[in-house]
Amino acid sequence: MKALSIQNLKKTYNNGFEALKGLDLDVENGDFFALLGPNGAGKSTLIGIISSLVTKSSGEVSIFGYDLQKDSAKAKSCIGLVPQEINFNQFETVKNVVLNQAGFYGMPRKQALIQTERCLRQMDLWEKRDTVSRRLSGGMKRRLMIARAMVHQPRLLILDEPTAGVDIEIRRSMWQMMEEVNRQGTTIILTTHYLEEAESLCRNIAIINHGQIIEKSTMQNLLSRIQTEQFVLDIDQALTVAPVIDGYSVELVDSHSLNVAVEKTHGLNPLFQQLSEQGIKVLSLKNKSNRLEQLFIDLVQ
Amino acid sequence: MNYSIAFTTILFKEIRRFTRIWPQTLLPPAITTALYFLIFGKLIGDRIGDVNGQTYMDYIVPGIILMSVISHSYSNVVSSFYSTKFQRHIEELLVAPVPNWVILAGYVSGGIARGVLVGCVVAGISTFFTDIPVLHWQIALLVFVLTATLFALAGFINAVFADSFDDISIIPNFVLTPLSYLGGVFYSTSMLPEIWQTIALGNPILYMINAFRYGLIGVSDINIETALIMIVFFIVLLILTALFLLHKGTGIKN
Repeated sequence: MKALSIQNLKKTYNNGFEALKGLDLDVENGDFFALLGPNGAGKSTLIGIISSLVTKSSGEVSIFGYDLQKDSAKAKSCIGLVPQEINFNQFETVKNVVLNQAGFYGMPRKQALIQTERCLRQMDLWEKRDTVSRRLSGGMKRRLMIARAMVHQPRLLILDEPTAGVDIEIRRSMWQMMEEVNRQGTTIILTTHYLEEAESLCRNIAIINHGQIIEKSTMQNLLSRIQTEQFVLDIDQALTVAPVIDGYSVELVDSHSLNVAVEKTHGLNPLFQQLSEQGIKVLSLKNKSNRLEQLFIDLVQ
Repeated sequence: MNYSIAFTTILFKEIRRFTRIWPQTLLPPAITTALYFLIFGKLIGDRIGDVNGQTYMDYIVPGIILMSVISHSYSNVVSSFYSTKFQRHIEELLVAPVPNWVILAGYVSGGIARGVLVGCVVAGISTFFTDIPVLHWQIALLVFVLTATLFALAGFINAVFADSFDDISIIPNFVLTPLSYLGGVFYSTSMLPEIWQTIALGNPILYMINAFRYGLIGVSDINIETALIMIVFFIVLLILTALFLLHKGTGIKN
């Protein structure tokens, strides 16, 4: 069964701006799905329509087979949303933010208390349960929104830039948590501007631009299309000109680093061999940019 | 789907909100109305004498109680629902399977709860100054609750349209307060020149205050049935308007 099915979805705002131009998209049950696109591409509008925050102009949206318009209550019950911006009541305690959301989903009080504790513990926020939510740190606020979205055990979790503005340590712990949630069977749709995040977490990907899906594929297929990768090599000696390496384009970044374009068909072994022959020792090697990032830029430009 | 849980969640959230900030919500009406009773009812009222066969204190008590109900049921919903929009936690309700009528019922019930509670506080304070007989308690109670409902609904609609904090204070300051004062709280319309008596009949608050006054002390400038029909008519009209606005997503959805 498809977790999300969208057909010919259109949205034109009152000012005449056409945000979605007949978009089609399917997400399979259990998937960890990346939805990427530049700013203004239509991601937020799309997520807004799926989560009933934006009214569509036309088209069909169904969640686990429930039509979002005709069978709204059942469709909505399947969704949990972690929005981009903080949107909980900043004057409520952490516990009440989650508990209220359980109530909105019609969960009986006893069960809601159990679920609230479970979600807050999972997000490492149980100790903060009686804290007024505005006093939480930025990372904690993000985690609180995830706990709130999870309280009714949604089958489809939509994470709209969940790690924006949080430090790398918290981001990595949130990645682990998202992977765990997905492993337990929840379908996840992730939008993010951190493409390494999408690359390491998601199995399938769609790229949206100008209100249309311009690419939909498995992450593996998409990455396999990369023909040339850029690497930065740190070397042990100071150079004034870039060495000439047969079959590779080499530029000097600074006296101790080289930028090398490597064709997929060539590989790295001949490069190291030639550098070694010229007496240049490579201390370390890294991708100049994230692989998905290069593809993303090529696709949306 | 069990919507009663969603309804009680909104209602209790609202009650928790106004009781948590009681120095802003419950204390001021207690102090203000005590001053009204002391200054207008006691000090000035003793020199005014009787109005429609009642002491001036007894005459103004029903109007002052109802004026508090009107202002607090309205301001509770308008400020709460607007701040729900402003802080964007309205999205918590829109994402969840909560029908529009439950959202409306929850917020309006919160407004009724505050209006009724403030009304009871003011009524309690009035007992320090006079003994109100409560001649027709059923009518008094009915008008008390219906008035709170009507103005809670009006506050909701104001909040739906509001785009700034200024927008939620314009109607209470420039419409509700003048209409309440001109609604016969402190005087009988029979004391007005004839032309103003006719104009006063266009003020809906006049009907509510007089119906409530009739319920408590048995005195009214207007017909009670007309007043009740009018209140119910406006309640139905405002419910339909609020549901239509929610359905259209006015002020809350793109």
